[in-house]
Amino acid sequence: MSGGPSTPVDILPGQPPVGEHGALSCGKELAFSAKAEERLQKLLTRYPTKQAALLPTLWIAQEEWGWISREAVDYVAARLGLTSAFVWGVVTFYTMYNRAPVGKHLIQVCTSISCHLNGAEEVFHECRKKLGGLKPGETSADGKYTVVEVECLAQCDKAPAVMVNGDDHERITLDKLDAFLAELR
Amino acid sequence: MSEFIPVLSARVGKKNSRALETYVADGGYASWKKVLAGSQTGEWTPAKVTDVVKASGLRGRGGAGFPTGMKWTFVPPKEKRGGKPVYLLCNADESEPGTFKDRVLIEQDPHQILEGMMLASFALDVKHAYIYIRGEMVHGAEILNAAIDEAYAAGLLGTNVLGSGLDLDITVHRGAGAYICGEETALIESLEGKRGHPRIKPPFPAVSGVWAAPTVVNNVETLCCVKHILDRGADWFKGIGRNDRNTGPKLYCVSGHVNKPGVYEAPMGIPFKDLLAMCGGVREGRKVKAVIPGGSSAPMLTGEEIMDVPMDFDGVAAAKSMLGSAAVIVMDDQTDIPKAVANIAKFYAHESCGQCTPCREGCPWLLKMLKRIVNGQGKKADLEMLLQVSGQMGNGMTICVFADAAIAPVLSSIPRFREEFEAYVAKSAAPGFEVPAPDQITPRLAERMAEGMHS
Repeated sequence: MSGGPSTPVDILPGQPPVGEHGALSCGKELAFSAKAEERLQKLLTRYPTKQAALLPTLWIAQEEWGWISREAVDYVAARLGLTSAFVWGVVTFYTMYNRAPVGKHLIQVCTSISCHLNGAEEVFHECRKKLGGLKPGETSADGKYTVVEVECLAQCDKAPAVMVNGDDHERITLDKLDAFLAELR
Repeated sequence: MSEFIPVLSARVGKKNSRALETYVADGGYASWKKVLAGSQTGEWTPAKVTDVVKASGLRGRGGAGFPTGMKWTFVPPKEKRGGKPVYLLCNADESEPGTFKDRVLIEQDPHQILEGMMLASFALDVKHAYIYIRGEMVHGAEILNAAIDEAYAAGLLGTNVLGSGLDLDITVHRGAGAYICGEETALIESLEGKRGHPRIKPPFPAVSGVWAAPTVVNNVETLCCVKHILDRGADWFKGIGRNDRNTGPKLYCVSGHVNKPGVYEAPMGIPFKDLLAMCGGVREGRKVKAVIPGGSSAPMLTGEEIMDVPMDFDGVAAAKSMLGSAAVIVMDDQTDIPKAVANIAKFYAHESCGQCTPCREGCPWLLKMLKRIVNGQGKKADLEMLLQVSGQMGNGMTICVFADAAIAPVLSSIPRFREEFEAYVAKSAAPGFEVPAPDQITPRLAERMAEGMHS
């Protein structure tokens, strides 16, 4: 939730519900791999301040551990000389840092206006139903799928647009949903 | 006007269009080389590049339509910068619902963007430029990084570029999912590693932007235009378009109920009906009910209103809407307008950054009312209240123009399609609306106590 309107809005895209306060630990050793470390060192040469490297460093952390745990926040904060509270504030502002583990396939269904005009809400609903009645942001028991509603993916000419992890999928209409899901398995 | 040949999208769809090799074969980087060589002889100076861009009449393609050359002149001269560098930020945070032109440029012709950035950097005395790309464009960021690596390897970037003595670096910075980061001061905050909260202006970024240094933020398409202006001259650019204030080629993103949605390039100011014809008209031969001409932030127009409107900054403004990012969202006669407006309201309720009260509270309120209307729980007073709440959110009540964007769909759709909203309310299960007297209102805390939350 960006910023956080105090009036509750149901079905908020982007965030797994359990992630609101963040889970503590991802249960893995918290140190960057050699490859990630190399990326971080290269990053730091591209900005005049360490703080500016925060968003890219969080991306590295998410790629390393799959999601951003509270421990990962502490780690990133320590690496960049920031406070954990500040880093957590940044993590919670952006929708793409997962604050809880997500499935192997993070299915992001766009429901913004152009996709809405092409039936995206039905696709979002049907997609969750076909995967065993998942709630928005919920991960299937086998850990394979998480379905979230997201905002405009800049693929409005290919509506309804769906992104799975980082890959774009186009024109996922109701009749193509079965084939689309079958391909993910 | 003679037959228009696409400029910005000329290389889109060509084989291997992303590669440096094909870009150079198509005449790419000629302007960059020309300007660098000319800087040695005094033929080209930063001021001259700026003057050419100014003379072209180029206006920013990101949404506001501010003259690009003039924006550049707001950067203080070297002696007044206190030793601070100047930064150029390429705004590739394309997130406005309905907009997808920059994605095409990034994915199909990244070197075109880089060359535009190089030329702008030369004009502005920039040593390090950044591309802020939205987090969702994972592959777009990879493509840009690959193009930048190629440019470094070819000596087009780095230290002492092509022996000119000039240094230039370009870095791709990925966002992480926040619409507001397309606003230039929020983008700056985000680049600094913070939450994307827009800043109060002044100071304007040209004076004090990222890391408190003079900063220019330009849209992807704007920078691509710069490249072509330097290639072919200001007069050529000015010769395209409807008049001197609306010049150049323009990318239009057409989506919604058209037969062939996509990015279409046309001279600035193409009449809407011609644009619609390019997209093969409305699906199933239906009529156009409503059109949002410039992304979800632009006021909605009816089909009749927009049909003859020239699609440029002044033409759409004269029709009481805005060209914005030229994201044309077409809705056919079967569209449920209240539902469409509720959908847009949901977007804004989620994306409000939360800094300013009118926006943080107002956006969810608009959504709440619109939702109850379309869910059959609307109240008679809701329509007036929607207009009233909207009236208290925009026009300078907040730091940035997000709130103005959020109210535009509401304020434009209710007068135009009032009967549709009223039809919902007429069918409502709870049409009455009485304001309870103050002593009848139960304080929220009391309700919570009753639920046992505090006991």
